[in-house]
Formats: sequence, C-alpha cells, structure tokens
Amino acid sequence: MRGNIQAVKQDLGCPKQNVLARALCGVAIPPLQAVSPRRPLRRQPLVLCSLLWLIAAVLGAMLAPYLTPVDPLTTDPSRALLPPGSGGLLGTDFLGRDVLARLLWGGRWTLGMGVGALTLAVVIGLPLGLAAGSAGGWLDGFLMRLVDAWLAFPGLLLAMAGVAVLGPGLSSVTVAVGLAAAAPYARVVRAAARAIRAQPYIEAARAIGASPWRIALRHILPNTAPALLAFAATQLGWVLLNGAALHFLGLGVPPGVPEWGAMLAEGRAYLRDAPWAAVFPGAALTLTILAANLLGDRLGQH
Amino acid sequence: MFGYGLRRLLEAVLVLWLAATLAFGAMHLTPGDPAQTLLAASGASADEVARRRVQLGLDDPLPVQYVRYLADLARGDLGVSWLHGRSVRRMILEQLPATAELALAATLFGALVGVVLGLLAALYRGTWVDALLTGLAVLGLSTPVFWSGLLAILLFSLHLRWFPSAGSGGLPYLVLPTATLGFALAGSVARMVRAQVVEALRMPYVLAALARGIPPWRILLVHVLRPALGPAVAVVALQLGFLLSGAVVTESVFARQGLGRLAVQAILWRDLPVVRGVVLVGALAYLLTGLLADLIQVWLDPRLRQ
Repeated sequence: MRGNIQAVKQDLGCPKQNVLARALCGVAIPPLQAVSPRRPLRRQPLVLCSLLWLIAAVLGAMLAPYLTPVDPLTTDPSRALLPPGSGGLLGTDFLGRDVLARLLWGGRWTLGMGVGALTLAVVIGLPLGLAAGSAGGWLDGFLMRLVDAWLAFPGLLLAMAGVAVLGPGLSSVTVAVGLAAAAPYARVVRAAARAIRAQPYIEAARAIGASPWRIALRHILPNTAPALLAFAATQLGWVLLNGAALHFLGLGVPPGVPEWGAMLAEGRAYLRDAPWAAVFPGAALTLTILAANLLGDRLGQH
Repeated sequence: MFGYGLRRLLEAVLVLWLAATLAFGAMHLTPGDPAQTLLAASGASADEVARRRVQLGLDDPLPVQYVRYLADLARGDLGVSWLHGRSVRRMILEQLPATAELALAATLFGALVGVVLGLLAALYRGTWVDALLTGLAVLGLSTPVFWSGLLAILLFSLHLRWFPSAGSGGLPYLVLPTATLGFALAGSVARMVRAQVVEALRMPYVLAALARGIPPWRILLVHVLRPALGPAVAVVALQLGFLLSGAVVTESVFARQGLGRLAVQAILWRDLPVVRGVVLVGALAYLLTGLLADLIQVWLDPRLRQ
C-alpha cells in the first residue's frame, strides 16, 4: 500500500514546484510525529518561557513588599503621569502611583482571583463530571442536561449574572467566574471518565466485585488526571481572561485597587499622555493568559 | 435531515427551559425587595411599596410566580426594569442592533481571516510560516479584547488618526472594534482549520484526485476545504458565546452603544430583570446559532447524515 502510494506520487511528478501542489502531494507534510513526553524541557523554549513567566508572576506577587519599597496606594500628584525612567521603572499613573509597584501587588488580586476561581471550578466540576461519566445511565443524562443548561449561557454573561446576584466585588467575581467555568470542566471530566470506563480493566474490576465508588475513585479518577490537568491550565487562562474583564468593566474590585484589569480601566482615560499606565498591566495579563494556554496545549498533547 | 433537525430543536427548547428556570431561581435567591428597589428613588411609603408588591405579583406563592414567569417568557415578555419601570424587552430591542452589528462584522472578519491563516499554516506545515501563524493564533485567543482594543486605539486613532477611538456611528466607528473582536475569534478558527486541513491533506482521496488530473485549486476547495470547514463552522458557532461576551467588553472599550453597556449599568444598579433579560437573550442567540451550525455541518459533511 505504502509502496503503491509512493509509485503514484512519482508518476504524478511529485514533488511539485508550487506550494499548493506540493502540499497535495503530501511532500510538504512531514509525518505526524507525536511530541515525545520525555523531550527535555530546555528543548521546548515556549513551554519553558511560559513556566518561567508564571513562576516569576507568582513570586513577584508574593514578594511584592520586598521587591519594591514603594507603596502601591500612595498618591503623589507632583509625580503624576511620569514616563518610565524618570518615574520608576514603568512610570507612574494619573495619581502619581508607581506602576511597577502596583503591577507587583496587583498580581495578588489577579492571580489570587484566578487560582480561587479555578479551584472552585474543579471542586464543583470534578465530582459532577466523574459521577456522570462513571455512573452513566439516568444520572449521566440528568447531570448532563443540567450542564447543558449551564452552558447555554455564554461564559462571561453567566459570570456577569452571577455578579449581579451577588453584588459587585472581588469575591463575587471569583465565585461567579469559578461557577461559570465549572460546567465545561464537568463536561471534560465526564468525557475522560467515559473513555476510561469503556476499558476492559474497568469491566474486570467490576467483575471481581469492586464497588462503583471504588471504581470511580481508584480506577477512573487517576487515569483521567492528565486530561484534567491539561484542561485546568486552559481553564486558568479562561478564568483570568474573564475575571479581569469583569474587573475592567468595573464590576469587581473598588476603585484604586491595583488589580490588573482595573488598572487598565483606570489608565485608559490617560491613554494619550501616559499609555504605560494601561499598556503594562495589559501586557502582564496577556502574558499570563498566554503562558497558561501554551502550557495547556503542551499538556494536552500527551 | 428533517428528523434530526426536529430532535435538535426539541433539545434546544428543553435546554432553554432549564436555563430560564436557573435564571428564575437565581433571581429569587437574591436578597432585597424588588418593590422597595423600584420605589426607593421616589421615597414611597410602606403602603405604596406593599401595593406595588401586589401589583408585581411578588406576594403570590413561588409556583404561581414561576408559571406566570414562563408564560410571560413564552410571549416574549421579559418583565419590567426595576430602575426605569420600562419594558425590558423594549430596552433590549433598542440596544440589540448595535451589538448584533458588531458581533456579525466580527464573525465575518474573524472567520475569513481565520480560514485563510489556518489554510496557509496547513499548506506550509512544518515551516517558519506555520510557526508564525500558529503563534499568532494562540496570541489571538489569549489577548483580552480590552487590551488589544486599547493598543488599537493607541496606534490607529491616537497616533495615525485613521479611525475614531470611541463612539457609535457609521463604518469608521465599526472598523477598530470589529478588528479587535475578530482577531480574537480568528485565533481559534485558524487553529481548527489548520488541524482539519492537515488531516484532510493526508487522505488517500486527495492523492487519487490528483492522479485523476483534477486541478489542484479544485482539489483544495472541494476535497480538502469542504470537509475541513464543517468543524470550523462548529467552532465559529461555539464562539458566538465568546463573541457576545467579547462584544460586551469591546463595547465598553470603544464606548459603543449596545447590550454590554445596558448590562453593566444594570448590574451596577442591581436592576435584575434587565440583567436576566440580557442573559436570556444571549442564551437564546447562542442556542439558535448552535442549532444552525449543526445543520450547516451536516449539510457540508454528508458523512454525518446517518
């Protein structure tokens, strides 16, 4: 078969000159090589950079008081809107607050919100999905219709509705985004659990009399872990993106708090004179989401 | 095809009913008296509040309220704003065109750019062109629209002065929001198209078509792109939820009219009927596009018609 295809390709005069014909000949397409899980980290610059950035962002937020002597809330009108250089490393905002200090401290709000919301999504989504996927039958049908109804709402709109019910604030945003992210998580857990459930060794476990609980927790759950981890990284990107959007819209932290999305919202009024006050928080946020997505992609390839 | 469509429609109605019930439950879990909120501004007496409660049917048993709520919904009545005392449906219909315009323009832009980029990445698979385009796609779906929008304003309105930075109006006002929102959409479309085209290019029937002497561009359009577009359509439809969400934020960035501003104002003032109305309309639009996308997918890929 393989030889035949090669012969056909030669007959057709492959490889051809232009890109299109070459692609159709299958020449431009190297065989799909699975990325080996054992490929050393230093051979994957993007993944390495993502990991380093996430670690740096977390460390920066945790060590903020030691990294910068400047208080992120102290205003100084005489130092308002100073460009990077003369006004600290990243400049100052419209109230003369140091942008770098606010960025470092802001990581506590933004990343804390992301981790909190992700935890909530996992705590709710994992048992739901595991129960539906392991049990099957009417329980599966019921839980999945519930998840469908949940997913019928576009994610951010659902989170906005949550904030409307709970009232604006940091904890409402965290809870609302976490709840909105729980349904897709349950979906993914269920799909992974169902794939495992079809394996012969589950049937074997059932045959020797293992209880459904034991099968779900000892046999199915550990084997779904890789897929769940990969999706958790992607979900981290999602909750960061949407949580920051809610803060940006003014539905989260009160004015003045150095959350990245809120900093961006405050800085946009001075975009013409002091773009750094809005551009840097956005860059930090984008890099963090990008890192989470790249990690999720990489983990998902396993 | 017809039976399939009918089954999907029934499923959608079921999901919509569950979603409406969720919205009803959430609103009744919320602390606070709507009648009080409604009359707070005018400094009404306790008597008036009580009368308004009866008028709004808030003293009725919950099941009665629930049935009335569903009946109202079925007639397209979304209730009355607590803040303005106006029909929520009218308020939404006033803002809907602006949001729909943005969402549609961004979908067209994003789908077009996404398909072209995904196709190029697949044809150049394994080269630097592929790496660049794939990187761009991940960047597109990782960048918050409120940041890319701001950068677009900074570059194209403040520095180059090509487009207005904020407001609603004619075509010039639509360009930057569309590009901002479309860029985010293009990322996920491009990734899907690339994966599908790479898959389709490996199929023996492509080589067979080549052997029969069918011109390459025709093979590309008919044999490769058509089966690859089905999943891409599904992605676009799934992204409508994202698009509506993104439109809300984009409207805020560019100070545009639309459902986004309506919703944000309503949340800040805790005008729950308006919030509920916007969210339900969003869910309805999302469900309908999902349905439409399923049908288009079946039409594009006959293998799905069992």
